[in-house]
Amino acid sequence: MIVAEAKPLEEVLAMIDRYDKIILAGCKECAAVCAAGGEKEVGVLASTITLARKRDGRAIEIREVTLERQCDPEYVEGIREFAGDYQAILSIACGVGVQYMAEHYKNIPALPGLNTSFMGGSLEQGVWSERCQGCGTCILHLTGGICPVTRCAKSLFNGPCGGSAGGKCEVNKEIDCGWQLIIDRLKALGEFEARYTELFPLKDWSTSRDGGQRTITREDLKQ
Amino acid sequence: MKTESRLEKVLEAGAFAVTSECGPPRGADPDVIREKGALLKGVVDAANITDCQTSVVRMSSLASCLILKEMGFDPILQMVTRDRNRIAIQSDILGAAALGINNILCLSGDHQRFGDHPQAKNVYDIDSIQLIMTVKKMRDEGKFLNDEELTKPPQLFIGAAANPFADPVDIRALRLAKKAAAGVQFIQTQCIFNLDRFGQWMREVVDMGLHEKVAILAGVTPLKSVGMGKYMKNLVPGMDVPDAIIERLKGVPKEQQSAEGIKICIETIQQLKEMKGVRGVHIMAIEWEEKVKEIAEGAGLLPRPKV
Amino acid sequence: MRLDYPTNVKIVRVPCTGKVDLLHILKAFEEGVDGVYVAGCLEGECHFLSGNLRAKKRVGHVQGILAVLGINPARLQMYNLSAAMGGRFVEIAQEMTERVKALGPSPIKTGKGREFVEEEEEEKGQ
Repeated sequence: MIVAEAKPLEEVLAMIDRYDKIILAGCKECAAVCAAGGEKEVGVLASTITLARKRDGRAIEIREVTLERQCDPEYVEGIREFAGDYQAILSIACGVGVQYMAEHYKNIPALPGLNTSFMGGSLEQGVWSERCQGCGTCILHLTGGICPVTRCAKSLFNGPCGGSAGGKCEVNKEIDCGWQLIIDRLKALGEFEARYTELFPLKDWSTSRDGGQRTITREDLKQ
Repeated sequence: MKTESRLEKVLEAGAFAVTSECGPPRGADPDVIREKGALLKGVVDAANITDCQTSVVRMSSLASCLILKEMGFDPILQMVTRDRNRIAIQSDILGAAALGINNILCLSGDHQRFGDHPQAKNVYDIDSIQLIMTVKKMRDEGKFLNDEELTKPPQLFIGAAANPFADPVDIRALRLAKKAAAGVQFIQTQCIFNLDRFGQWMREVVDMGLHEKVAILAGVTPLKSVGMGKYMKNLVPGMDVPDAIIERLKGVPKEQQSAEGIKICIETIQQLKEMKGVRGVHIMAIEWEEKVKEIAEGAGLLPRPKV
Repeated sequence: MRLDYPTNVKIVRVPCTGKVDLLHILKAFEEGVDGVYVAGCLEGECHFLSGNLRAKKRVGHVQGILAVLGINPARLQMYNLSAAMGGRFVEIAQEMTERVKALGPSPIKTGKGREFVEEEEEEKGQ
């Protein structure tokens, strides 16, 4: 899922400071699964913002709504009826959702309540970890199912570097050395001899980020 | 075709090579390089200029190499892949060769989190092994990475680093084999304090026949004090400093510790000279460059041969 | 036991404090209450095994939110006691009442701004 985290409260309050009538929009998918922007979090944030306002003797009207997703036009249209009554949309979906709100409701500021970080999964309740950086050319079949782009701090393709120690990365002792994981896995799969001695060719990064937004199309599904 | 590298010539002649390194200044003063260079005159066959080591901004390796060259040295350009993409890398390789720099050391480079600008975006477009492949392709095939011909191939003697003490231990010799397959010609190792462990790695390397394809220069560093020894032991990744060395330093009065550290360094070099496959030594005296001559002398490495 | 406890304490009964949600506590403060305490079973004796531990974490989380908002987190407390401890129940009610009285009315009621600055409190604590 896309994993995001709530922005610090002060930052959010500063963003909405000039408004007293806002929509607070959550999302039932990724944001809900990583406990950052689901229905529950909408309720808690709305209450927290209200407390902050009341504390200062001010008021705020918050329309709480949680959409199926904020990355599909049909669902984002779901607030069309009442959106015009509000001064801003504070979205606690991922960065995609905030932008969809902005695109659909051109005259209403769309504000991000979260910091969207990475594509990852749950390790255990309450802990989410990065696994994919969307490089666009997946080679997981060659590295025992472990991604060198994401899990090696230097994204080496012929790792490990000389700083791998005790299976941990020299940059951050909390994280495993991606290449130690890859080597262990290749050995467990009996692929080490075949794969490790090969020189990994240079990566084609043109399918990765920083070339303007990427678009994927299925012609057979287009109207 | 051989390059103009003095280091390559010394190794070809079968002599035991000596290299050292200079850290450039954190400012625009070329005299810092000239002063460090002056301390190494007649002591080394080639001298590295580090490339923003530990991700701390310093004067560029390429510029500093030119200053050393003007003093009559054969500089070794250290190039990390952390900060440049393949476009800038190929460009700098051509530039270095054009300026008459004959040696390049190919590294991935310490991650920016260690350095003084941890908020920087890193590059790591290619890794150190792919950098070796790049230099080799440009030099031997006369082509850029996209297979287009370049007009004049850069003549560079290709080096890289090796750390016999990093984990996982069982693949370290294999990783050297990969670098050899990529085209590396000389290796400088991480500094050695644990001769047993190093010996083990060398045996694996010799078993694989790598010592004949690649000239291995063993790294050494003199310890100034017990404090420095402990720091390197505990806080520098991929470093193995045996307790016996720390104890030996503890055994002498504080003001004699640095002299003892030099002694240990000299003894280490003498033992390394006897090891099969070790064809030289790389003396890293970080911010203590004035001691390199004393160490080289004490280990019987001077004068340097004429080639 | 027919013991008296302060009349300003309003009790909300739940089958287990594990049922107490962040929102219940936040809404109570929104309504203007001056203090909230969650009284759960003794640790290790929760009938539902770890409901009281979840409550403890949630109380901690809301205390964090209150601190950031500049509302004194001491207005919210977690207590543990068994159903048999009538005397302790009264003690807690009195203790909490005294504490909240000393803090004064909730800033939510007065609308006069922050009553608490995190760093200052840390310094005082040192």
